[in-house]
Amino acid sequence: MAMLDVQGLSKSFRGLRAVSDVTFAVPEKGIVALIGPNGAGKTTCFNLIAGALRPDAGSVRLAGADITGRRADKVCDAGIGRTFQLVKPFQDLTVLENVTVGALHKHDGVAAAKRDAARILEMLELGDKRHMHAANLTLPDRKRLEVARALATQPKLLLLDEVMAGLRPTETDRIVAVLQRLRAETGITILLIEHVMRAVMALSDHVIVLHHGEKISEGTPEKVTKDPAVLECYLGEGAV
Amino acid sequence: MNDLTPFGRVALLAFAALLLAVPWIASGYVLSVSIICLYLAYMGQAWNLMLGFAGLLSIGHALFVGLGAYTSGYLFTKLGVPPAVGVVAAVAVAMAMGSIIGYLGFRFAIGGVYFALLTIAFSEFVRILLDHAKFLGGTEGMFLPVSQESRRGVDLVNLRGSTEMYYYVILALAAGAFLMCRALLNGRVGYYWRAIRDNPEAAEAVGVDIFRFRMYAVLLSSGMAGVAGVFYAFYYNNLFPEQVLGIERSIEVTLAPIVGGVGTLFGPIFGAFILTPMGELLTEAVEGFKQSGLIAKNVKTDGVKLMFWGLAVALIVLLKPKGLWPWVCERLRLVKPPEQRG
Repeated sequence: MAMLDVQGLSKSFRGLRAVSDVTFAVPEKGIVALIGPNGAGKTTCFNLIAGALRPDAGSVRLAGADITGRRADKVCDAGIGRTFQLVKPFQDLTVLENVTVGALHKHDGVAAAKRDAARILEMLELGDKRHMHAANLTLPDRKRLEVARALATQPKLLLLDEVMAGLRPTETDRIVAVLQRLRAETGITILLIEHVMRAVMALSDHVIVLHHGEKISEGTPEKVTKDPAVLECYLGEGAV
Repeated sequence: MNDLTPFGRVALLAFAALLLAVPWIASGYVLSVSIICLYLAYMGQAWNLMLGFAGLLSIGHALFVGLGAYTSGYLFTKLGVPPAVGVVAAVAVAMAMGSIIGYLGFRFAIGGVYFALLTIAFSEFVRILLDHAKFLGGTEGMFLPVSQESRRGVDLVNLRGSTEMYYYVILALAAGAFLMCRALLNGRVGYYWRAIRDNPEAAEAVGVDIFRFRMYAVLLSSGMAGVAGVFYAFYYNNLFPEQVLGIERSIEVTLAPIVGGVGTLFGPIFGAFILTPMGELLTEAVEGFKQSGLIAKNVKTDGVKLMFWGLAVALIVLLKPKGLWPWVCERLRLVKPPEQRG
């Protein structure tokens, strides 16, 4: 059984089909990348899965349980953690407090949640910044904070929306290493939206390509990057 | 206490000792000003719980005070129920109103300033309703019977006694509110409130039921204001809709936290102890000028305190938008920096 099973997902905004009949699955412990040009519907897809938006049609199943159209906090309860492409830190809270809010989802006491949050911050190399206010972090650090906060809820499935964007190649490699270690240690399943092909190639077992809201290709990273339909949507018809 | 520097601890203990000693060392006038200070510190704490912790702006807190005051006043005058019992009903009525406003606001996602308008609307609606409620005295007011001998001694059940008793009652309320808010802020609910305040969408994504936790904030805050209403009724012994529920009353309770620091625990207390004495001194000074002829006797000076408060808020918003308390804390090193805490 797939960890995430998306069937015929559709969403329109005032007649514009942002996501159109998209079907895919993410196997347990898999790392799957969702790629596509700007405006392909990747983030909308995420928002539909994570409960920030309600789909017009289709279904979302997490480990077999139907979570279609549930509110975001119920989706989190079901076991999905997410990051936001446009980062949404709790500005007036410290880095440690930000992640503690996430950790409280699975911990009864604040002290235990704080300890867990500190551990996750160490893992994402934010440990020495834990007392800084989130508002004072650099963008790459805020992206890592998003990951840390989502991880703190101990999700079965982690949705990462462009967490490598704007990072230097060495920083990208570090996050890639963290995510690989995480999967090896905890068996977490990851679905990520990413433009940084360096990360996509290194991390994902499987790639799904969206264009104009529709799935146009999927397969291993090697296969997808050689698919003429994919090259065409990125580079234009003449390039193929 | 653990977050305070040694000097911070001494300052806090000295302040607490001073508060306990006020009735022994101060004149009757200073005592009644201190009661107003503590009343506004208590109400500031209640209001700050909504805006400073949970990010919900209310400009209608006089509504909850008024409901608490009228409920306990009615039960006492008409049915002979003592305020020690009536306070339960007062809190229940205030919370019921809070839950109506909260439900409407959060169910229909009325955010920010529109939520504030909702609180004003309900407050004005109830004020006008009370103007026409003959059984509660209407515009002629409700008067709570008080005898001369009851002004001596201590009767906490009937909330009757000396000014000193009222002072200690409101001191206990203010201290209790402070300790309760501190405990809440450091617990799960406090983390969730501040997360919702900073970013509701992100809070929801980490599993926070934002409707429920916003409701908690409104219920708690309105309940606290309901208790303040009981104190108000039995301290002043007369209730007029215009005076208890007027919008100036709702604005008045916002001043101490704004000046002291919205979202801080001690800000509302600090703000109340800065603003109230200054306002009173100013009123006294103007009276003095009138007596000595510096100001003509026929000049109306009722608004001088309000003008001062308006000016104070304008200056704070311009110069220290986070309030005076965080600045004072830093200057006097009252609180340890976060990296030195446990």
